[in-house]
Amino acid sequence: MLTVLLILIPLVAGLITFGLKGSGPKALALIASIASLAVTVAALFQFRTAPEALQLTASWIPQLGAQFSVGLDGMGMMLCLLTAISFLLIFIVINNRNYERANSFYGLMLLSQAGLIGVFSAYDALLFYVFWELALIPVYFLCSLWGGEKRIPVTFKFFVYTFAGSLLMLVGLIYIYLQLPDKSFSYAAFTSGVLSPKDQSWLFWLFFVAFAIKMPVFPFHTWQPDTYEQSPTPVTMVLSGIMVKMGLFGVIRWLLPVLPSGAYMWSEVAIVLSIIGIIYASCIAIVQSDFKRLIAYSSIAHIGLMSAAIFANNEQSLQGVLIQLFNHGINIIGLWIIVEIIQQRLKVKNMNELGGIATYAPNIAIFLVIISLANVALPLTNGFIGEFLMFSGLFQYNVWFMAVAGLGIILAAVYTLNMVQKVIFGEANTLTSTTTDLTGNELLALSVIVVIIIAMGVYPKPMLDLVSSTTELVNKVY
Amino acid sequence: MNALISTALAGVVMMFAGLFIRNKQHIKFVAIAALLIVSVANLAELSTIEGGSRTVLGMVTVSHFSILFNAIAFGATLIYFLLSGSAFEKVGEHVADYFALVFFILSGITLASSFSNLLMLFLAIEIISIPQYILAGSNKRTPKSSEASLKYFLMGSFSTGILLMGITLIYGAAGTFNIEELGLGNGDINPLALCGIILLAFALSFKVSAAPFHFWTPDVYDGSPTVFTSFMATVVKAGSFIAFIRIFHGAFTGTNISAHWQLLLSLVTAATLLIGNFTAVFQQSVKRMLAYSSIAQAGFMLFAVISMNKYATQGIILYAAAYSVATIGVFAVTMKLKDYTFDGFNGLARTQPVLAVTTAIFVCSLAGIPLTAGFFAKYFVLTAAVQQGNLLWLVVLAVLCAAISAYYYFRVIIAMYFKQGEPATKEEITGGFKVMLVITAAIVILLGVFPGLLLNLI
Repeated sequence: MLTVLLILIPLVAGLITFGLKGSGPKALALIASIASLAVTVAALFQFRTAPEALQLTASWIPQLGAQFSVGLDGMGMMLCLLTAISFLLIFIVINNRNYERANSFYGLMLLSQAGLIGVFSAYDALLFYVFWELALIPVYFLCSLWGGEKRIPVTFKFFVYTFAGSLLMLVGLIYIYLQLPDKSFSYAAFTSGVLSPKDQSWLFWLFFVAFAIKMPVFPFHTWQPDTYEQSPTPVTMVLSGIMVKMGLFGVIRWLLPVLPSGAYMWSEVAIVLSIIGIIYASCIAIVQSDFKRLIAYSSIAHIGLMSAAIFANNEQSLQGVLIQLFNHGINIIGLWIIVEIIQQRLKVKNMNELGGIATYAPNIAIFLVIISLANVALPLTNGFIGEFLMFSGLFQYNVWFMAVAGLGIILAAVYTLNMVQKVIFGEANTLTSTTTDLTGNELLALSVIVVIIIAMGVYPKPMLDLVSSTTELVNKVY
Repeated sequence: MNALISTALAGVVMMFAGLFIRNKQHIKFVAIAALLIVSVANLAELSTIEGGSRTVLGMVTVSHFSILFNAIAFGATLIYFLLSGSAFEKVGEHVADYFALVFFILSGITLASSFSNLLMLFLAIEIISIPQYILAGSNKRTPKSSEASLKYFLMGSFSTGILLMGITLIYGAAGTFNIEELGLGNGDINPLALCGIILLAFALSFKVSAAPFHFWTPDVYDGSPTVFTSFMATVVKAGSFIAFIRIFHGAFTGTNISAHWQLLLSLVTAATLLIGNFTAVFQQSVKRMLAYSSIAQAGFMLFAVISMNKYATQGIILYAAAYSVATIGVFAVTMKLKDYTFDGFNGLARTQPVLAVTTAIFVCSLAGIPLTAGFFAKYFVLTAAVQQGNLLWLVVLAVLCAAISAYYYFRVIIAMYFKQGEPATKEEITGGFKVMLVITAAIVILLGVFPGLLLNLI
């Protein structure tokens, strides 16, 4: 029941928001996101005591054996928590911005939240597919309506790319569906393991391409830097913080358990692609002078590591990925909040035009440094535990893969610290000397992020416990 | 039978209505009333067949399926009358005659959904085609319309000739016109029959504008008055598909012979998908884009022809409904605008938000986005093809083409929502029109969320 509520709150609020005027949309969005967070926390408690109460199955299309089946396991729970926190933080940060056609903006944001929760909670393959596509549509409109100058072609590319990927997945879903004896889309039927290894080997690619485009993994990443750069920053936060997790989530929930032999057969190829992505994106990030593009490439590198660790597929690597799903979301949203703050004040994205902000806005500087250090996975920040587990898992799989992927850490330090230095240290120029420090709402949002960063870095056990059920489950079927 | 007789009668009534009713508005109301009566008569027959089917004189078999398909065709036509009926008046003087011709086409469609004899197939195709030739040329003020009519007539009669040739060869091989008694392909293949089937496949491919027999489509659709293009590209096309499916699934399913035409038609499908989608990308006019998109969509509907299973039958019903309703909707909006190019849609979201939202829903349905009827339509035909087994290459090609189709469908959305402009409308947009559009969009979404509503009936 709570699971359905998690989908319904943003959905209904989003639809109402379209009809509101003035400051109504802003207020309703904030209220809805607070309500979502409250329900998520309630669901979290219920998950501790009676996890089966979060499952709900209702009839949808009986002729097809498709059901409206939603539920939350540890991973789904965690991602819902991430979604709820992220949307609340985003709405807090943009509270003093005034968007044109605010009702549509906030309405679409809330609809995308509903779509994302749907993806994370669907336990029916067809339902999953429907939500998977639906999450894309509001984001497409958000980017195209409020984005930068080149937004239309860029978002279009993003849309067609992901649409093509998901259609391939649809073919895969249909094929599996027809192989099943009871002709059902339920998760249990999909994971019952009736597919021959030969089928799995080509079905793997239909699914992998769909997920790889979303993550994105090299060489399917080309939509991503442009889209991140052109999107309005709140939407970029949704895209990079939560939506890319759909790809990783898809692999863990729908690829590994459904096509275990396929994943086993192609794991090396997938890992090699991921690792190429890490090194490639890191190198490009080093030479970027555009603030947003740098973070976009840094995100590709981080996601690449997670993808490699998924396919290394031992308990440690999976645990690392799961916890990193959450932490990467928090860190990258923190970075985007800083970008949004600087961009809103100074209207520049080029880092060469920035510098010396620390003198004029020390709070911004402090937060940027902390979040950047979390981004390079310094011990005692939240990034460390996940990366450590992933590297350890990758090490068990193949030492050389780990060694090459490990270069990513060094490169990450290079571009991240370089960015910090260019943006906040050095000589201030006439532009940056006008920087004003954080306002109350921004301070609040960033404080929450820093608290999470440090709390998760020092004591990650609760989160590891939360996702442990998923790791065990995946390892069992594999 | 009810549907066949009542549509023919309704056509005659409409012709006379033109003599007695001077007010063009009233003629439209008479047509809508006649269509409602026809729909009721059609559904009334459902109770008399009791799950089975009834054959009349060995010529026409009325079944559950045919009544359901007729109901969908009539429903789509009703939406068409309500949305675009007033545009009939702008084409020319003989409004009642145009409505009469539409009813005759419907009469042909009901025959197409229920023939059980090759001669009736021929009649069905002819009854569908001949009124279209007239409708295509009905706008006498532009030479483009006459050109469209002439082109369509010449090409159409040529293909009808091929159809007749095919039927003759099949008769020569089987010695009967009755579809159930043909019995082809279970033993040795008779080369005469095979030739006949291939000719039949070609002729019907022409009627449904499948590549490489599609060359007439863009010119005819572009040249005809838009209001009739809207009907030809939707209900009529669906009607031709039903004829296609019924003859091929009804008579040529023998294992020895089906492999031959399946291969042929899968190549036709591949060509249709590629040509339709790639050409649509380059169109600047929404009307022409819809013409090519109708070719591309025909490619998807062909999946239902080449895969012989229950998903195919369900798929064609859903596809016919989803595609017809959405396309009629887009055409209805297009007709209200002065400029039929993509630029003509620029900024529609600001000036006419209702039109923009509903058009967006229609094109999403055409692109096959989930929660619209188009998604499940595509889903079913693709499932049918995957089930068929050896067509997986075609399915992958089709979904890639569907991604391409998102490109040109979304150009409409981009123009309406993301570009600035002051789209000029030809006339005041009435509240009634908006209400109808919203209802139509609601149907599209309802079928997208609960396709079971329609599937339950099959």
